[in-house]
Amino acid sequence: MNHNYQKDISGCGLTGLISRKRRRVSGSHIVKSLCLMTDRGNGLGAGYAAYGIYPEFKDFYAFHIMYDEPSVRRTVEDVLKASYHIEKIEEIPTSPVKTIPISPLLVRYFVEPLKEKLVGDVEESDFVVSTVMRVNSEIEGAYIFSSGKNMGAFKGVGNPSDIAEFFRIGEYEGYIWTAHTRFPTNTPGWWGGAHPFTLLDWSIVHNGEISSYGINKRYLEMYGYKLTLLTDTEVAAYLLVLLIRRHGLSIPVACSALASPFWKNIDRMDEGEREALTALRLTYGSALLNGPFSILFGHSRGLVGINDRIKLRPLVAAIKDDVTYMASEESAIRAICPSPEKVWAPRAGDPVIVDLED
Amino acid sequence: MVKIDAKGTYYRDLNKKVREAVEKGEKEIVLENVNGQYYIGDGLRAKVSITVEGVPGNDLAAFMDGPTIRIKSNAQDNISNTMNSGKVIIEGHAGDVLGYGMRGGKLHIRGNVGYRVGIHMKGDKRQGPTIIVGGNAGDFFGEYMAGGLLILLGLEGDGPIVGDYLGTGMHGGTIFVRGEVDGNMCGAEVGVMEPDEDDMKVLKDALADYCADLGLKLEDVMAKGFKKLVPVSARPYGNLYAY
Amino acid sequence: MFRSLAPPEYLATIDRVKCIRCKRCIQNCGWGVYSWGGDKVLIDTFKCVKCLRCYHYCPEEAIEIKDNPTRFKQNAYWGYNNIRNIKKQAETGGIPLTGMGSDLPYTILFDNLLIDACQVTNPSIDPLREPMELRTYLGKKPSSVKIEKGKDGKLKLAEPAPPQIKLEVPIIFSPMSYGSISLNAQKVLATAARECGIVMNTGEGGLHEDLVPYRKNIIVQVASGRFGVNPDYLNAGVAVEIKIGQGAKPGIGGHLPGEKIPLEVAKTRMIPVGTDALSPAPQHDIYSIEDLRQLIYAIKEATNYKPVSVKIAAVHNVAAIASGIVRAGADIVYLDGFRGGTGAAPSIIRDHLGIPIEHALAAVDDRLRQEGIRNEASIIAAGGIRSSADVAKAIALGADAVGIGTAALITMGCTTCGKCYTGNCSWGITTQRPELTARLDPEVYAERLINLIHAWTHELKEILGALGINSIESLRGNRERLRGVGLDSFTLDILGVKPAGR
Repeated sequence: MNHNYQKDISGCGLTGLISRKRRRVSGSHIVKSLCLMTDRGNGLGAGYAAYGIYPEFKDFYAFHIMYDEPSVRRTVEDVLKASYHIEKIEEIPTSPVKTIPISPLLVRYFVEPLKEKLVGDVEESDFVVSTVMRVNSEIEGAYIFSSGKNMGAFKGVGNPSDIAEFFRIGEYEGYIWTAHTRFPTNTPGWWGGAHPFTLLDWSIVHNGEISSYGINKRYLEMYGYKLTLLTDTEVAAYLLVLLIRRHGLSIPVACSALASPFWKNIDRMDEGEREALTALRLTYGSALLNGPFSILFGHSRGLVGINDRIKLRPLVAAIKDDVTYMASEESAIRAICPSPEKVWAPRAGDPVIVDLED
Repeated sequence: MVKIDAKGTYYRDLNKKVREAVEKGEKEIVLENVNGQYYIGDGLRAKVSITVEGVPGNDLAAFMDGPTIRIKSNAQDNISNTMNSGKVIIEGHAGDVLGYGMRGGKLHIRGNVGYRVGIHMKGDKRQGPTIIVGGNAGDFFGEYMAGGLLILLGLEGDGPIVGDYLGTGMHGGTIFVRGEVDGNMCGAEVGVMEPDEDDMKVLKDALADYCADLGLKLEDVMAKGFKKLVPVSARPYGNLYAY
Repeated sequence: MFRSLAPPEYLATIDRVKCIRCKRCIQNCGWGVYSWGGDKVLIDTFKCVKCLRCYHYCPEEAIEIKDNPTRFKQNAYWGYNNIRNIKKQAETGGIPLTGMGSDLPYTILFDNLLIDACQVTNPSIDPLREPMELRTYLGKKPSSVKIEKGKDGKLKLAEPAPPQIKLEVPIIFSPMSYGSISLNAQKVLATAARECGIVMNTGEGGLHEDLVPYRKNIIVQVASGRFGVNPDYLNAGVAVEIKIGQGAKPGIGGHLPGEKIPLEVAKTRMIPVGTDALSPAPQHDIYSIEDLRQLIYAIKEATNYKPVSVKIAAVHNVAAIASGIVRAGADIVYLDGFRGGTGAAPSIIRDHLGIPIEHALAAVDDRLRQEGIRNEASIIAAGGIRSSADVAKAIALGADAVGIGTAALITMGCTTCGKCYTGNCSWGITTQRPELTARLDPEVYAERLINLIHAWTHELKEILGALGINSIESLRGNRERLRGVGLDSFTLDILGVKPAGR
């Protein structure tokens, strides 16, 4: 009964920044930016993702795990111990917040797969993905919500400022930040449902509802992905991982698959490019993200912002010095960068791709 | 003349080599060490003669239009499938479903053939196919026949010359069988009669070419009498349906 | 004395006051219902099939065709068709023939599926003013593409892509052979296909030379009768289709009656004039799946690797069969459902063999996805597509495109009378009688078919707009946007569709 699911629908606001020179900036900036857009959410979800926050453990996968059932902690740790060297286990530091009386147990683990577990030509990253998929789909009450190196996601049910205070976001310093305030319409308020959504070092914040969800989900299932969250965001993240990591497409080409040019424009291209874009579109027709969306997509080497083909969701970008900002609203950028050198609204389907300098 | 060594070559590569040779204007091609490669001469349109050494794979000369292919050994199934023109000569035996839907050209087989040979052959005033089988044939010889010429010689002399359901569903064309035909083996749609003078001329012309191809003496082949099989009705199933 | 114990199905009546004795009804009726009695039109109502040609051509609206109220006693178990067929069989000993798709009241799943629409959480799109894309490519799709940057900085393909058939709308005209329909009817299809940027299919009757100019919009068919199949023919169209079966008559061959084989048809098929054209039940070079592979590649070798479609009737084990077809190298799988039309089929076969397209399509799409080979071939769904809503539902269930046959014929005047096998079609569609075929002016009727495709195109865009998606590929296989009404949980499971309200 794979079809018999209830899809998660939500609206939202998002913001993000990247320092190309890898200058680590305090989380307080992104909190300030996001809080300006508090009214885009409804207090039922907010979250942050940051890169460069764990320099002392940068060679270990940082698993952030939430336990709705503290009793399953042992089960999960047994699973991890069987396949991983665990460098460190600690509860994620939190502060008491009046509006968040109850929270899951939040623990982070810095881990590394045991060499002997990587049999055959299994890549380390595939091994980690399979662990995440297994825990999230098979162990009731446990959820790995962050699994990348030198990065982490922090998210929960609450408004942006309370979630920031709860996770002490201002105490982290990172060179890429994304953040999200959420307006779910139907979720009973599960912490795992908040954004960012992450897998390995890929993280996504997303605004809008993807009307093509049904076929995007079935397409991913053909490649063995298990969609457990039933959110558009999960679909977008897995599609990017599939196209970029497994099919080897460059980021701009992957963006052209997910928000492909219209046939009218493809038809006008010269022959070589027309052939390429036609083949891309007909190969990845089922991966086309259709409907309103804007997405910020972070990874270990940079930040990408993209919106849908007919601009049904907003996205504004700005540059100041080595920092690029992207957000749902210009004011969210101005809140932390009052006088940028350049402010622009990316065209529909036209990605903003920023890479870190080496 | 060009020789192509087919040993261990996949059919797609072998047929590509043949096409390239034809495009270069080659008139004689010898394929050596053939064993099982499908589709030799498939869809080929040219005046070229191809000699096959070894046992070629199925669907040889399918949709072929023009070439002459000589097979120096036995051949497998589906030879001359829907062939349009040209000639295939098989010096040994051949398998099932030869000349299915064949529209023109000639298929000369020296030895025995399998089941369903010469089924649904077409033909009209413009062109028609001829299949001549030197040995015996299996069941359903000439099934659904709509046109063309089928000749069965039984020169091997071992066992019955033809299987059951001879000419079943026949509604056009002509079958000649050398020797006697057992009426019990014929399809319901077939009438058996003695060939007339015109028929003998048709036979003689066809067999002269056959004998020349396979080194036989025409008078030996013609030494025995023939039976002619034709459809009894152009519409054998006219009363099958209620309107 | 009676002529038949099967009473006439219809009563053709003429209002004698209105009738001006212009005799147009006599000229127009291909069935011989009307004749001139010296001072008035005589009626032989036994021959009437309610094709309504006379009704439309009567200038005085004097004609009325009524269902014969006295034909048989009403009976909820012994239906009219049962009693009529028994009477006919008692009289002839023959197999009752019929045309068109089955009209028996089996559940119609399309009518139990409803399409989603956007409200608030995602926006609907205005299809008249904003972009809305229906373009569809049929053929094998690679699972991934390699794209590199050329010297000019522009993207280009690193490896050539497999050949595709481009359709501006995800609709094709289903195979209907020259012989089963008239040359003029085929010309209507070809003209409309070219104008609408789609394709028609020759069916198994060869390609008449008049259609050669339309080759870019034609798929040629190879079936068990191998009619008109030569190297020119194989290379004449954009693709070659191997026909294994037909939804209206799965597992049985074709039988074009001699009445429909005049000289031109005989020439195109290369068979004798007036004979019955026999299409054997199986293709005799395909007795197993590896034989299908052999024929697919024989055709590919003969056509320098054009796309090959394989058409099958929807039968119980269709998912496994389709999987085999894809693995045998087909670029397109054409599924023809239980309701699919026919020019002639035994009614016992048409009404009782096969399964509906909705089940078959859902099962095949699921199976190909489970096996990870859905991209290897496109799926065409056909067999009873009546409207753009059926098109949208079929595509949401997983079809790449749909085939329409009956709907196209209806634009030419067809009233689904179901008597195609007689060769008397008064609209000039399923006949070869020259005085009847001359009625079907290809230009005039092509315009009507083009109108239909344009109308369905607009409707599909409206549906997509309501769904908030601007490209057909986002509807394809998107069963999340369908809901079932009044369907049991097994059927919902097979369709992969949730019940309405969930």
